[in-house]
Amino acid sequence: MRGPLGRDDMAQRVAQDIAEGAYVNLGIGLPTKVANFLPPDREIILHTENGMLGMGPVAEGNQIDHDLINAGKIPVTELPGASYFHQADSFGMMRGGHLDICVLGAFQVSTSGDLANWHTGAPDAIPAVGGAMDLASGAKKVFVVMELFTRDGQCKLVQECTYPLTGIGCVNALYTDYAVFDLSADGVQVREIFGDNTLEQLEELTGLSLNRA
Amino acid sequence: MISKIVESAADAVRDIPDGAAVMIGGFGTAGQPVELIDALLEQGASDLTIVNNNAGNGTTGLAALLAAGRVRKIICSFPRQVDSQIFDGLYRQGKLELELVPQGTLAERIRAGGAGIAGFFTPTAFGTTLAEGKETRHINGRDYVLEEALVADYALIKAHRGDRLGNLVYRKTARNFGPVMASAATVTIAQVGSVVDAGALDPEAVVTPGIFVERVVEVGGALPPTTEGQ
Repeated sequence: MRGPLGRDDMAQRVAQDIAEGAYVNLGIGLPTKVANFLPPDREIILHTENGMLGMGPVAEGNQIDHDLINAGKIPVTELPGASYFHQADSFGMMRGGHLDICVLGAFQVSTSGDLANWHTGAPDAIPAVGGAMDLASGAKKVFVVMELFTRDGQCKLVQECTYPLTGIGCVNALYTDYAVFDLSADGVQVREIFGDNTLEQLEELTGLSLNRA
Repeated sequence: MISKIVESAADAVRDIPDGAAVMIGGFGTAGQPVELIDALLEQGASDLTIVNNNAGNGTTGLAALLAAGRVRKIICSFPRQVDSQIFDGLYRQGKLELELVPQGTLAERIRAGGAGIAGFFTPTAFGTTLAEGKETRHINGRDYVLEEALVADYALIKAHRGDRLGNLVYRKTARNFGPVMASAATVTIAQVGSVVDAGALDPEAVVTPGIFVERVVEVGGALPPTTEGQ
C-alpha cells in the first residue's frame, strides 16, 4: 500500500524542513536520499558518524578513496571546510546535543515518538545496532522518513511499538508517503496531508485518532 | 634514545598471549590494521576477546581471524553486514559470544578506559533491551544508563604516519577508533603507512601523542604527497 508521494518526493519533503546553517546526520537508506534535495541556496553541513563534518556527494571514478567513506561504508567526498575526528568525538557531538537534526528510517514509530528501527526481534536475526540508539537520543530534532504502511498493509505509525525500541519519545516529526506528522508526549498531530485524502480517510487507513496541527 | 619502531608486523604482535583482550581499529575496512591482523593470525594466539566496531568483512582481516577459530568473544556495535558471512555462521552455531554495544557507547567506554574513568551515565539505550540489567539514574529530568569503561591488553590500530616516539596522524575517516583505542590498551601497536623523523609531524597536528603508543611498524602503502593530509 503506497501513498501519493514516491520515495524521492518524501526525501524532498524532508529536505525542505532543513534550515540554512543546520548540522545534519542522514541515516542509511531513504534518509541518505535527502542529501540530493537539499536546497542549493542553503549551507547545510552533513555529519557522518564514522568521523566527519562537511561530507560531500558520493565519490565517483578517481575520487574514490577507501579512507573516506560514509556510515554506509560508501566512498564519499569532502567539501571545503570539512573536518575529521575520532569516534568518541563524533558521538560526543551527537549525544551532546550539537547536531541540529538527524533523519532516520524506521520499522515502527509510536504516536508518542518512540522509535523502533534497529532490530526485528526475530529469533534468528543477528542483532546490529551501530549508531541508531545514539542518534535517536542525541540530536536536537529527530526526523523519521518512511512509508506509512508495510508491503502487506500494516500501519507503521502505531500506539505502541511491537518491535524492540531504539529510543523512547525521541521522534519529533514523521515524514511519510501519505502525510507529515508531528509527534510529542501529548500525541500525534497531522501537519500536512498529501494527495486527496482527508483527515477522516487517514484515520480510517491508520486506525488512529488524529488531529490537525 | 627512545625508539618504538619494530621491524615487522610479526615482531610487533609476537607476545600477544592466548586469552588476551585485543582492540582492533577500523570502521568496515577504513582504518582496519590488516597487516597486524594477518600477523596475529599467523602467530596463532587463540581464545581472544576482540573489540571492534564490526565483526569482519569478507574473508580477510578480522573475518579470517574469526574463521580460524581464534576468537572467543567479540564486543562490537554492528556485526551484521552484507559481507559478514563468517561472523554470521559462527554466531548462529553458538561458537562466538557477542556483546552488542551502541556505537557511541562503545567509543565512550573505550575513551573512559583510556582516561581513568570507571563508568558514566549516558542517555543512549535507556528503555531498550541493550540497557537491560544495567543501573539507571534520573538526573536533571532525564534518564540515563550506567556504562562501564572498556580497556584491553593490546590495541592494533592503523595510522597514516608515525615517528619513533609513537606520535601518530591519521587519514580522513580511517581515524575512527584509532585514537581512543590507543589510549585504552596496555600495549598499543600502530601500523603506519610511513615512519617519519621525530619533528617531521607538526606538533599542532599530532592526533595521538606518543605516550599512548608502545610499538610502531611501517607497512607501506602511504599515498603520494599531493593527496596526504597531516
